[in-house]
Amino acid sequence: MATKTTARATTQERSRAARTRRLIVHIGLIGFGLIMLYPLLWMLASSFKPTAEIFRAPGLIPETFHPGNYTEGWTALQFPFHHYLLNSAIVVVGAIIGNLIGCSMAAYAFARLEFRGKRLFFAIMLATIMLPIHVVIVPQYILFAEIGWINTFLPLIVPKLLATDGFFIFLMVQFIRGLPKDLDEAARIDGCGHVRIFFRIIMPLSLPALATTAIFTFIWTWNDFFSQLIFLTSPDMYTVPVALRTFVDSSSQTSWGPLFAMSVIALGPVFGFFLAGQKYLVKGIATTGIK
Amino acid sequence: MSALLQRRPKADPVAAAPAARTRTRAGKQGTKRRENLAAYGFLAPWFVGLFFITAGPLLASLYFSFTDYNLIGDHSWVGLENYSRMLEDERLHNSLRVTFTYVFVSVPLQLAMALALAMVLDRGVRGLPLYRSVYYLPSLLGGSVAIAILWRQVFGANGLINQVLGFFGIQGEGWVSHPDYALGTLIVLNVWTFGAPMVIFLAGLRQIPRMYYEAAMVDGAGPVRKFWHITVPLLTPIIFFNLVLQIINAFQTFTQAFIVSGGTGGPSDSTMFYTLYLYQRGFGSFEMGYASAMAWLLLMIIGGFTAVNFLASKYWVFYGD
Repeated sequence: MATKTTARATTQERSRAARTRRLIVHIGLIGFGLIMLYPLLWMLASSFKPTAEIFRAPGLIPETFHPGNYTEGWTALQFPFHHYLLNSAIVVVGAIIGNLIGCSMAAYAFARLEFRGKRLFFAIMLATIMLPIHVVIVPQYILFAEIGWINTFLPLIVPKLLATDGFFIFLMVQFIRGLPKDLDEAARIDGCGHVRIFFRIIMPLSLPALATTAIFTFIWTWNDFFSQLIFLTSPDMYTVPVALRTFVDSSSQTSWGPLFAMSVIALGPVFGFFLAGQKYLVKGIATTGIK
Repeated sequence: MSALLQRRPKADPVAAAPAARTRTRAGKQGTKRRENLAAYGFLAPWFVGLFFITAGPLLASLYFSFTDYNLIGDHSWVGLENYSRMLEDERLHNSLRVTFTYVFVSVPLQLAMALALAMVLDRGVRGLPLYRSVYYLPSLLGGSVAIAILWRQVFGANGLINQVLGFFGIQGEGWVSHPDYALGTLIVLNVWTFGAPMVIFLAGLRQIPRMYYEAAMVDGAGPVRKFWHITVPLLTPIIFFNLVLQIINAFQTFTQAFIVSGGTGGPSDSTMFYTLYLYQRGFGSFEMGYASAMAWLLLMIIGGFTAVNFLASKYWVFYGD
């Protein structure tokens, strides 16, 4: 009897200890999450503060609500900000379409067809994934200058159509290899050619891989600065990142409010995608290791 | 299924006759050729891209690295001059120092942070998807110009960090404009984006069978021993994968340094990353030959690191089989 009571007491104690430990873990995780997110929240809050107040208080709630930063930032540059948003949208949509077409075609050949030189070409494709853009950017610039493509969106879109993002080819090869081969064999017996197998069977089944490709192409291209800085030279062609950069240069210290307002706008689409496609994003990154 | 296989008739002797065999072989060759053609058709865009956008420019930059090409006018072969100039270029040596410091400090910190939080989250914490999203978000935004702008302010003289320090009565520096601290702010920025490797660690931790831990517990192993004798060894493939990926990424860092320093790599070249210096030489002063030589050095460094990583992995990465 006595032993029974002590046993019950210890289990009770133990469960209480476990509960306390869980609580501490949660407090730690929430606290750390807040520290992580604080700069982002602070930027959002600051975008609604008059610039003088930004420098005064680290708090999040504006003393004076000042949405004027947005209208001021919108018109601070040579073109209104929607001009740059539109430019970015064109580049991003072009890059997504290009990657989806170019990479899926190459992936189908690598995953499903037997051809001479397959192993060699596959190895080359894998090697290109690791190639830093800095090694090819100078000759690319010269090539695009020769054919008059500098200061157009073509250098940012056409290479995607030519399947130069080897990473996505690899991603789709891995995915297509996992699809049952019986399906295309059955289709082949029914007299389907490769083009029809590709469009009617492989592509519809590859939707998850295509979605991952589209999402990450979106985020990478939207955030990309280096190649857009190099290939786009006149303000009417600037994309959002390049425009933001000129904003920094022209406004120096004085107009942080409008600058933050436009930065918030620039982060908006990625954040929106993040909210909408969290599951895909996390799954995509867990299985493929991309950022 | 096996019954079906067994009932399949043995090869018909008539079909195996020489005439028939040649016919099937001819037919096979036909499908083979058709498949070859189809494959090359599907690969056509990739071949064009490889030639004009990737391999072609790669070889061209190797060629330019032996010339004095400056975009305007003719170029001439200068042999190893660009490479010998690199040996004497103090700013280049400095940019290598900056970049190596960045890689060697920020990548281990980032991965340690990622692993630590992945392990906390892997213990069946409630609300895991929410925590994971919160920690992962900075990874998505971290490389953008907007975040670099934010960093410039956060670590500025009147920035958020100093406001918080001021709250505790500490007078902080203008971190981004101080040569001793500017690189540190960029390291913090990279560590802040630990969410991506964390998600990969989480996926890896889930692969470790629980019974290993239970068995270890029966044997009386504490959390430290469980970590070093079960978690780490079984996670080495994932650690290796994250390490290779993050090192390659870190070597190519550009946007953050460019924006935070206003394109200068300052103060006093303390944030002059290698890629930023390459950009300045190539697209600032149009020394395309020199920039190409620099690019090849970068390729060799990254390739060398990746190769060493792969070679060393034989000694510390365990694949469970």
